[in-house]
Amino acid sequence: MRNLFNYIDRPSPIHRLTGATKLVCLLLWSFAAMLTYDTRLLALLPLLSMGLFMLSRIRLRDVRFMLGFTAVFMVLNNLLVFLFSPQHGVTLFGTRHELFSLGGRYVVTAEQLFYHLNLVLKYLASIPIVLLFVCTTNPSEFAASLNRVGVKYSVAYSVALALRYIPDIQREYHDISQAQQARGIEMTRRQSLFKRLRSAAAILIPLILSSMDRIETISNAMSLRGFGKNKKRTWYMGRRFTGWDFAAMALCLALLLAALALNRINGGRFWNPFAA
Amino acid sequence: MRDEIIRFEHFGFQYNAQSEPTLHDINFSVRRGEKVLVCGPSGCGKSTLAHCINGLIPFSYRGERTGSLTIAGKTADALGLFGISRHVGTVLQDSDDQFIGLTVAEDIAFALENDCVADPALHERTARAAALVGIDEGHMRHAPDELSGGQKQRVALAGVMVESVDLLLFDEPLANLDPATGKAAIEMIDDLQKSTGAAVVIIEHRLEDALHRDVDRVVLMGEGRILMDVSPDELLCGDALVKSGIREPLYVTALRYAGVKLTPDMAPRNIAALRLNEADREKVRAWYREQPEEAPGEEAPVLLEAEHIRFAYAGGHEALRDVSLRLRRGELVAIVGTNGAGKSTFSKVVCGFEVQREGALRLEGEDLNALSIKQRAESIGYVMQNPNQMISQVMIFDEVALGLRTRGVPEDEVKARVEAALKTCGLWPFRSWPVSALSFGQKKRVTIASILVLRPRILILDEPTAGQDFRHYTEIMEFLRDLSAQGYTVVMITHDMHLMLEYAGRALVFSGGELIADDACAAVLTDPALIERASLKETSLYALAVMCGIEDGRGFVRRFIAHEREAVRP
Repeated sequence: MRNLFNYIDRPSPIHRLTGATKLVCLLLWSFAAMLTYDTRLLALLPLLSMGLFMLSRIRLRDVRFMLGFTAVFMVLNNLLVFLFSPQHGVTLFGTRHELFSLGGRYVVTAEQLFYHLNLVLKYLASIPIVLLFVCTTNPSEFAASLNRVGVKYSVAYSVALALRYIPDIQREYHDISQAQQARGIEMTRRQSLFKRLRSAAAILIPLILSSMDRIETISNAMSLRGFGKNKKRTWYMGRRFTGWDFAAMALCLALLLAALALNRINGGRFWNPFAA
Repeated sequence: MRDEIIRFEHFGFQYNAQSEPTLHDINFSVRRGEKVLVCGPSGCGKSTLAHCINGLIPFSYRGERTGSLTIAGKTADALGLFGISRHVGTVLQDSDDQFIGLTVAEDIAFALENDCVADPALHERTARAAALVGIDEGHMRHAPDELSGGQKQRVALAGVMVESVDLLLFDEPLANLDPATGKAAIEMIDDLQKSTGAAVVIIEHRLEDALHRDVDRVVLMGEGRILMDVSPDELLCGDALVKSGIREPLYVTALRYAGVKLTPDMAPRNIAALRLNEADREKVRAWYREQPEEAPGEEAPVLLEAEHIRFAYAGGHEALRDVSLRLRRGELVAIVGTNGAGKSTFSKVVCGFEVQREGALRLEGEDLNALSIKQRAESIGYVMQNPNQMISQVMIFDEVALGLRTRGVPEDEVKARVEAALKTCGLWPFRSWPVSALSFGQKKRVTIASILVLRPRILILDEPTAGQDFRHYTEIMEFLRDLSAQGYTVVMITHDMHLMLEYAGRALVFSGGELIADDACAAVLTDPALIERASLKETSLYALAVMCGIEDGRGFVRRFIAHEREAVRP
């Protein structure tokens, strides 16, 4: 299950929420974080997610790889914005408070720094909550959750099937590529593009053919056990909503509504402290 | 009759894609509580018959049906696929691919979920089905890759037992299981049938193993027809099995060599039930005395030497612990043991797919560690179990030539070497054919040819005869024996005790990453402690020797094999 989910089973209130709740919350939260550039709300969201992380007993080192990855992206994103559009803040906020110059058109303004602060907060508002979802949602429950939020069960189940068979296919790919390497198929970069394509085919064609056999078996096994019999199905891993589930969803809905309200009050997506 | 769950009457079937019917004039029925074994060679129509019973025909595989087939008194069309699945539960051959859920519990519950069974019944019935097949609470959250082959099969069985079906259909339940697990599977099926009263249909060509527990009838199929539908005792007394290319139990063959005339009242259905009178026992002893003691052959020079090999997968347990062994030129060796015992890992280390942490590998004294996978492949060839996992070219010639072309061998030499390999493998008549026109067994030969063309001195084959009936099995094994006679060293990884006993000169037994025995096959398969430890199965020849009062049971087994090799085979 190391592919998509990084489920860490620990007893916590976050783990006890149903997968469907967490999925709905993730969507509401992400919309809220996406819609607003209101610094006050953007500052609240990371604080809130930090609190949730503590509640969930997921430790920083459990997610440090993804956090590091995100940090690199965030820095890169900020650098590029400054490189290509050093006065973006000025256009946005309509004022110009120069601080110091780095030469040429690269004059650092308070507006630009404030814009970068918003950008950083935006990352901090949206990424940790995704990691939290990935770490606290049992993959087995995920398909049930999708179905609960209205996705057709055949579609929802195909997600579960992908989670189930991807490791098998990876293993098979590994075995096939070893056997083909023994026949002299090389996958190194030293070769020409044409040769590399031919090598890839020598591994992929057997993989695809044997996967076709597998798909036939799986689809037979599923229909022999009644998959597709009814319009609905129940889920072994599905769970009932409790008061906490409703509370969590209400909280996230409130965040989204706050984002919408702030957009209206600010007369745009940005909160402008320079306008005073 | 009311009790009949399945009834075929003058039934025939022809797949839409085929020009000839696969089933002709099938008359056959199964009653509640009956246990029926269906056997026959590859292509005899037994899988098609299974598809008709569970409804995959006509609902997944289209074709033309003639005559009539009723399931619980109704036609397939009246019931629909899902209606049939209420009566017939199917356990497919591949326990890996039919494991649909992410965990054991979800897989068992799958049918109930589709039936919209809600909690608490959903959890209760799942737990009950798990308990029925002996899956304990602790395994319920396990993913399939944390289970052994036998456990996966139990899960598959629980997954159909979760709805109370009238008939359990097993499609080759013994394929992919080690001998001891296969034996346990047959026992479990038998116990379940007795406790639930459901009818059982087992499709299996490994007759001796399938008959380990009693069945009511054996249906023998051939060329799309039912040839016989009789009690196992009657079946084993005639020569129908040998004629239709099914392997008879080894003790039956031995009794035939000894000139014992079998009759149904001797209960030859399995070795435990068999009754022999004193005259018959004396015939067996006399035969044993007449057979010459096999002279030990000369030892060929050592080709490969493995010394103190240790290996562990990244983050995993130790998969090989201090393995030392030697392979000689022209030897035919079997590697046996349960899944995860280290058989495949050892082969991968020898081929260079994985690198040992400690220990040395030498080929004729030369250290192999310095060589890449590609370089090693010129001395050591590896053939995967499923030929579809190796074949990537459209034409047979190109497939066999692939390894030479990637090495930049000049095209005229490629042609000569491919042609030689095709001749060795009996594929010369097909040299200009596409691969897709070949049977499974022929594809296997193509993959062997594609490795032989590199002129390795050692050939390692993973389950060379998996899924093959006796005729194809014999073809492949005789071919491998020819190769070993030509000086190739052939190493086979296998679960098949017959194969090992009949063809391998020596067995390497792995258990828990260790090499626990390196001995003659007759010695391994008559050593109860070793059999127990490595999940093997005692050969029925040994039990026959004991029954007849032959003290040297091992010697009896050896002489039987020698007799088979010398006198019977051409």
